[in-house]
Amino acid sequence: MTLTINGNAMDVPETVSSVSDLITHLELGSKRLVVEVNQEIIDKSMHAEQQLTNGDRVEIVHFVGGG
Amino acid sequence: MSHNRYSRQTLFSPIGETGQEKLKQSHVLIVGAGALGTSISEILARAGVGKLSIVDRDYVEWSNLQRQQLYTEEDAQNRIPKAVSAERRLKQVNSEITIQGHVADVSVEEIERYITGVDLIIDATDNFETRMLLNDASQKYNVPWIYGGCTGSHGLTFTVIPEKTPCFACLLGAIPMSGETCDTVGIISPAVQMVTAHQATEAFKILVGDYDGLRNTLLFFDLWKNEQASIKVASMQKKECPSCGDSPSYPYLNKENQTRTAILCGRDTVQIRPPHMFERDLSTLKQKLQRLDGKVEANPFLINLSIDNQRMVIFKDGRVLVHGTKDITTAKSLYNRYIGG
Ligand SMILES: [Zn+2]
Repeated sequence: MTLTINGNAMDVPETVSSVSDLITHLELGSKRLVVEVNQEIIDKSMHAEQQLTNGDRVEIVHFVGGG
Repeated sequence: MSHNRYSRQTLFSPIGETGQEKLKQSHVLIVGAGALGTSISEILARAGVGKLSIVDRDYVEWSNLQRQQLYTEEDAQNRIPKAVSAERRLKQVNSEITIQGHVADVSVEEIERYITGVDLIIDATDNFETRMLLNDASQKYNVPWIYGGCTGSHGLTFTVIPEKTPCFACLLGAIPMSGETCDTVGIISPAVQMVTAHQATEAFKILVGDYDGLRNTLLFFDLWKNEQASIKVASMQKKECPSCGDSPSYPYLNKENQTRTAILCGRDTVQIRPPHMFERDLSTLKQKLQRLDGKVEANPFLINLSIDNQRMVIFKDGRVLVHGTKDITTAKSLYNRYIGG
């Protein structure tokens, strides 16, 4: 399916069906994240449950420490 | 004022003459004088913020010059503490305002001292532990702060207004493992400037009192990948948050939770802080170290000791940086061997 991630269209493989899958796919699993799907923040506890569908707008932000 | 130096800024109507006067009456604390800190302090100094306090624990190195805009080759050559060099340069930029540089590591004692009379704190640090400390101090003393972070070509920023927005702990949860903060992916200067452009604009809004104009989102960008996200995070505020919740305990202002040693981000360096603040007698120490079989270089602010293929930098405020190691035990044993106590 195709998702819009941080403003850019991205094709993700069949194996990605939940927010957790997407995080793994993007190799962000070890990071502190804020995830929003269609303008709704998805709490960390819901990442495995939250399913994604074609055309969803996803924002994924990871905290960085540099400065 | 006679030189009309702020005319282009007062023409900008959201600031105007009234806002300019408010900037002049403001005191901003900038924690960190690396890439973010040098960029934003130059913006705020040129804009005429009346008082700037800049705190930094480090000294200038060659690898800083690519993006840390207040420093020169001479600063790197002479290992001038960043807070000293930043103060010197900013005073040349704007002599009509008050600028104070402090060579110090910001921990509990320091933040409680420096926050007095401050209208706003700018985060220009390079680690999450200090940010959590700023976050707790912000809530306890009711002073807003603006988070900024960047690595590679991406960055993010968020403005924390006590009692109005979620705090940083609400957004972040716990401190990430050190491996995630001390990255080795480098940084390009535009990512720095993008973060400080947002931080400085939010700072202006706060200082002139335009709270309705604040962005109210967690902003993320990646300049190389052309990504952008701006997320409304109001719903992330937690009632049970130990920093901003109903019964806050400000855990990061508890001295027992503070580490006395820290691994500096991407530097292969361990910092050791003595348990209490004191002023080290550098000239006596220099004489003592010169009797060893090493090389001692000094400036008025620090001593650089090279010995046994190791290098240590000893600051007047008591801290020691042990270079060439990420191992705290190794660093401590070198500290005890050559400096003691
Ligand atoms: Zn909070």
